[in-house]
Amino acid sequence: MDKMPHWADIVLIPIISLILAAFFSALVILAIGESPVAAFTLMVEGALMRSAGWGYTLYYATNFMFTGLAVSVAFHARMFNIGGEGQAMIGGLGVALVCLYIPWPHWSLAILGASAGAAIFGAAWALIPAYLQAKRGSHIVITTIMFNFIAAALLNYVLVNLLRPVGAMDPASAKFPSGTHLPTFRDMFSTADNILFRGSPANVTFFLAIAACVLVWFLIWRTRLGYELRAFGHSESGAKYAGISPVRITVIAMLISGALAGMMAVNTTMGESERLILNATEGAGFIGIAVALMGRSHPFGVFLAAILFGFLYQGGAELALWTSIPRELIVVIQALVILFTGALDNMVRMPLEKMFLALRRRKA
Amino acid sequence: MMDLVTILLPILDSTMRLATPLLFACLAGLFSERAGVFDIGLEGKMLAAAFFSAAIAYTSGNVWLGMLAGIAASIALSLIHGLASITFRGNQLISGVAINFLAAGMTVLVAQDWFKQGGRTPSLQGDARFGPIEFPGAAALADVPVVGPIYSELISGHSFLVYIALLAVPATWWILYRTRYGLRLRAVGENPAAVDTAGVSVIGLRYSAVLICGLLCGLAGAYLATGLQAGFVKDMSAGRGFIALAALIFAKWRPWHALGACLLFGFLQALSLRPDAVKILTRVDIPVQLLDALPYILTVVILAGFVGKAIGPRAGGEAYVKER
Repeated sequence: MDKMPHWADIVLIPIISLILAAFFSALVILAIGESPVAAFTLMVEGALMRSAGWGYTLYYATNFMFTGLAVSVAFHARMFNIGGEGQAMIGGLGVALVCLYIPWPHWSLAILGASAGAAIFGAAWALIPAYLQAKRGSHIVITTIMFNFIAAALLNYVLVNLLRPVGAMDPASAKFPSGTHLPTFRDMFSTADNILFRGSPANVTFFLAIAACVLVWFLIWRTRLGYELRAFGHSESGAKYAGISPVRITVIAMLISGALAGMMAVNTTMGESERLILNATEGAGFIGIAVALMGRSHPFGVFLAAILFGFLYQGGAELALWTSIPRELIVVIQALVILFTGALDNMVRMPLEKMFLALRRRKA
Repeated sequence: MMDLVTILLPILDSTMRLATPLLFACLAGLFSERAGVFDIGLEGKMLAAAFFSAAIAYTSGNVWLGMLAGIAASIALSLIHGLASITFRGNQLISGVAINFLAAGMTVLVAQDWFKQGGRTPSLQGDARFGPIEFPGAAALADVPVVGPIYSELISGHSFLVYIALLAVPATWWILYRTRYGLRLRAVGENPAAVDTAGVSVIGLRYSAVLICGLLCGLAGAYLATGLQAGFVKDMSAGRGFIALAALIFAKWRPWHALGACLLFGFLQALSLRPDAVKILTRVDIPVQLLDALPYILTVVILAGFVGKAIGPRAGGEAYVKER
């Protein structure tokens, strides 16, 4: 029998971890001489009380959904893909090549092409670490970290030496042609006399991210492959005896993970900057780790956690604008979330398990 | 020949300086991982130490106090890592990731609060920095061809911590292979149950390893901010913790090989700062980005096991559960 009810595992523990993270974040804000309540109010106002704020929150959330799903899929096969950052960078390269060299008549076709480009490039970047893990036993965490740095160097080389337009100074590709312009929320939801989401980057990719959440849910819990993936993650030897090939599952899980991380670039590169820039990922690949841990690797949890982090990101930008609290506060909050929901999970879990066991004993 | 010396010598000289933080961090990782605790938080500990050593060195005007503060900050993060991965048996890799972000965020936050210079410390001068140590006769010998410049520039004239890093290599070797503590440390990374059966505390040993790791990362960070550079700037560790990790794997978790790997990776870093010299030496236009990526590429090749297989400590990454 389980030590505690299922709802406690998926709802109570993340909430307690979140409260702990929030508590320590508040302490940090206090320690630098600002008021946590005022900071929180400012964050809510900047991120959620105006449509432009929502436009940023959902734009960031789109990134985090993709990277969160990427980490989650790998988690289900008990692998830690820390290389989402690199896979997203290379995914951006795929998006740029598709947008620059294929004349797209309409954005609806372009987004399909760009998604395919992003997914293929992202997956390709995950393929070598996956193969090395499956066939040569090299630790996936180390190889994906190394591949993040290699990706950054590669992207730098490609932008500076190959894709940079003649005469341009900054390391970035040329502007994408107008046929690839994705409708923003402003284009979609504004009426003639009521302009919504003014100047914010949220775009149609948000719905692509939601579709990805649904598809990942379907894949993990409703298909044979998903079952094999979870079985492998649960017990490698058990899966082996059931005839599941570890090599095949490792490689497939990482390909899916890399493809999802790569697709983040559709949002940043095609939807926002409309050209390939050097630091398009801005650490979103790593935030995917926090999002996946917080969302308990479930697509719906990832969706909620991504919105929460989107809010934190946008709120943090507002804080940096109006107070002396730098944007790095968000990095601290992110670290605390990873610490409490991931590494110190047992610290929260053990006392809770004891409590539930005691409760049950009293009932019996 | 003289030409070669005049080009190579400054590069080798900066190799020594760039290899030092790598070497400290690499040996730090070696202690931790040999005891069975993976540590991808070297980067974060180094960064935290860099900030606190620069901050305290600036406010007190004393580089030694700064160094101690850096070590203390790094050890504090080590204790968090120990708490998560030893006491609460959490995922060591996730804990390392959290520590890296914690350091990246906190250093800027505190720096902004203390100094209000956009997340950096004011630049350090005089006694707030580690100055060069001139070896006896360095100035006198400088004019002797070949040997003179090598002695006076390459060997002499580095700061205190460079020599400490070099001494840390034989010290680590001695502790690991010639003391009872070292034997137990290596055993606890391979087979903790055997150590436990022999009546030695697995938890105690692992905590001690994690603390040594914190101490060495603290020295790495202190050197970065008070020796190599004069003050702290945001994200100044710039991936060095991960290069050190790569060097550790490259060295297959052995101290002397770690020295070689760190010197090699330091040399690559020194080369990427001097693309002009690379062109003169090789007569080929090697992209700087390739030099930047080379430590990581080499590590992946080593990890792939095509050139000698890198196998880490067997119990690495797993928490020890006694009641099994």
